Amino acid sequence: MASESIALPQADTPARPITERLHDWVVTVDHKKLGLMYILYGLVFLVIGGIEATIMRIQLIVPHNNFVSPQTFNRMMTMHGTTMIFFVAMPILFGFGNYLVPLMIGARDMAFPRLNAWSFWLTAFGGLLLYFSFLGGTGLYGAGSAPDVGWWAYAPLTSRAFSKGHSTDFWTISLLVSGFGSIGTAVNFIATILSMRCPGMTLRRMPLCAWLNLVMAGLVLLAISPLTAAQVMLMLDRYLGAHFFDTQAGGSATIWMHFFWIFGHPEVYVLIIPCFAFVSEIIPVFSRKPIFGYPVMVGASVGIAFVSLSVWAHHMFTIGMNSYANSFFAITTMVVGIPTGIKIFNWIGTMWGGKIQFKAPMLFCIGFLFQFLIAGLTGIMLSAAPFNWQLSGSYFVVAHFHYVIVGGILFALFAAFYYWYPKATGRMYSEPLARLHFWLFLIGFHLTFDLMHVPGLLGMPRRIYTYEPGRGWEELNLLITVGVFFQIAGVLIFVANLWWSLRKGRLAGNDPWDAWTLEWSTSSPPPEYNFAKLPVVQSRRPLWDLKHPDDPDWKYE
Amino acid sequence: MYSLIFAESAIFTIFVVAYVYYTGKSLTGPYPKDVLELPIFASLCLLSSSATIHFAIPALHKGDTRVFGMWWFATLALGTIFLVNTGLEWHHLIYEKGLTISTNLFGTTYYSLVGLHAFHVTLGLMGLALGMIFTLLGKLQQAHAARAHVFALYWHFVDAVWVVVFTVVYIIGR
Repeated sequence: MASESIALPQADTPARPITERLHDWVVTVDHKKLGLMYILYGLVFLVIGGIEATIMRIQLIVPHNNFVSPQTFNRMMTMHGTTMIFFVAMPILFGFGNYLVPLMIGARDMAFPRLNAWSFWLTAFGGLLLYFSFLGGTGLYGAGSAPDVGWWAYAPLTSRAFSKGHSTDFWTISLLVSGFGSIGTAVNFIATILSMRCPGMTLRRMPLCAWLNLVMAGLVLLAISPLTAAQVMLMLDRYLGAHFFDTQAGGSATIWMHFFWIFGHPEVYVLIIPCFAFVSEIIPVFSRKPIFGYPVMVGASVGIAFVSLSVWAHHMFTIGMNSYANSFFAITTMVVGIPTGIKIFNWIGTMWGGKIQFKAPMLFCIGFLFQFLIAGLTGIMLSAAPFNWQLSGSYFVVAHFHYVIVGGILFALFAAFYYWYPKATGRMYSEPLARLHFWLFLIGFHLTFDLMHVPGLLGMPRRIYTYEPGRGWEELNLLITVGVFFQIAGVLIFVANLWWSLRKGRLAGNDPWDAWTLEWSTSSPPPEYNFAKLPVVQSRRPLWDLKHPDDPDWKYE
Repeated sequence: MYSLIFAESAIFTIFVVAYVYYTGKSLTGPYPKDVLELPIFASLCLLSSSATIHFAIPALHKGDTRVFGMWWFATLALGTIFLVNTGLEWHHLIYEKGLTISTNLFGTTYYSLVGLHAFHVTLGLMGLALGMIFTLLGKLQQAHAARAHVFALYWHFVDAVWVVVFTVVYIIGR
């Protein structure tokens, strides 16, 4: 087993100049460095997207506020959504996948390292292009700044007539470019996972994190492509006079909605599936039990990916589709809850009878379980088309999807950060600070997003920059905004913890959590080549076999 | 390459869906049956180019670079004929029939779908040309057979897409 690194002779060399070290990072094709760059990039944009959300919430804290103009509010709304989905969630998740998958399958790098680097830099450029719109969106007509058409950019608002200047073009092209990066990453994941597993690692012995990244990559290929196609169509409409979404020439604005949501719905599953991966790795280790029902977990994940391709029009129940279409999408949306529920049961089954350790990663995973369940339930509520007619376009929908994204995805991400931080940096984070982060963020999250369901039910529409007093929304909006500040505090502590621990944290060693997958057999941080000798595995928990040669897993699998 | 083909198929599918959805919905002419002629010769050229590349790859696997070069050149030539024919067809449609991408829904969906395909053909021709140059310079060896095979997959994909586009645009859509 390759738990040793190749010994290098000790030398007293001075630290290399900073320009050389930075250059290393810029030209690297090493999956670990690229993974860390993706993650850092996403974290920076997390702060920026958070500022945009805070601006919106301050505007909504009291009725008839004038903290920002309506136009600025629309830009904040669009940029917040676009940033968080494309330049926070996707980069961080691709970053974790990039870092972990080769280590977990016993490979030395991804299948296509240069494609990996190309994909990262395309994504990075896309984000910078989007933010350049604040400066460059004006164009020749002196109109437009950042895009203000919502992250879903419905037609015909995006046509030349209604979106003068280049704000929409910045939206379109930056996402088009980073979409190519995403497709490149997905191709890389699939090739790596299918061809580069170490000897003995059959697909049935692969860690769930690798399986789920494989499923996610397949879904990315199918999901990003419709967005690419739709964006090309939008550019053709705007600049070559095409009529895809031009109702005056017989085109259809709703077909944009179909194309966008054919992308948009699988996209959110692309975001959540790697989070399932993290939770499936962390919960077993902190329950001291192997994952309950591994084959069913794989099957459920594949099932979720397939069904998620058929539910897109549940974002469009209110546009006047006929009742057959409405029923079909309502049913498929309810069906996708079944494999998801199976996974939740399996995670609970993993914890059942285990010896649970309430360290920070586990706290965030427990929060994930609870919150993802509730988010799923509000989703099922919304899937009933007639109920949806009441709640579509209201803050209930906003509450639902933020519950999934913040309560589900972000909590799982925090868990993953704390769990793998010792591996990537070689240092332990500060556990007391991490707990403070957890509780502050939990309080803030629930204050904001639990309450947010209520204005929705009371009829408060979304996408509005202010509202009338006297409808019972004022106190709720105030408390919702207060919750934002708790979350900000939590995130600041998180960033401070990561930063401080980098220098002052206790040295972690190879395997601080007594875990079972291959990445814990390397040093912390791993050497550039990952494994001196490629490992040979005989079960799903190769490190358990090593540590317990009298009771190895392969006897029972 | 299979993954990339998978993703590209999804992109083409969306354009085909748009084409099919908008069939018969143009508010003004010209209409497909007025202006479209079946590009039989060009299609035969493109389909044959799949056959020629299919013969080229085993030749390279065996190390027979001369035979490989001949089949590869044939692929390049047939693909170029197809593209030139598309260009002539478009010239005819634009200048003689008055159909542009902004004329009506048919123009929009026709040019975008056929254009997307032609764009992929162009990329393929660039790859074929590059391969041809390397073969003539003697640098393309038996060791590169796997890479040539991967490229051939892309070319077969482009061909398969044309079969779909041809059926949808020239047969069903008329």
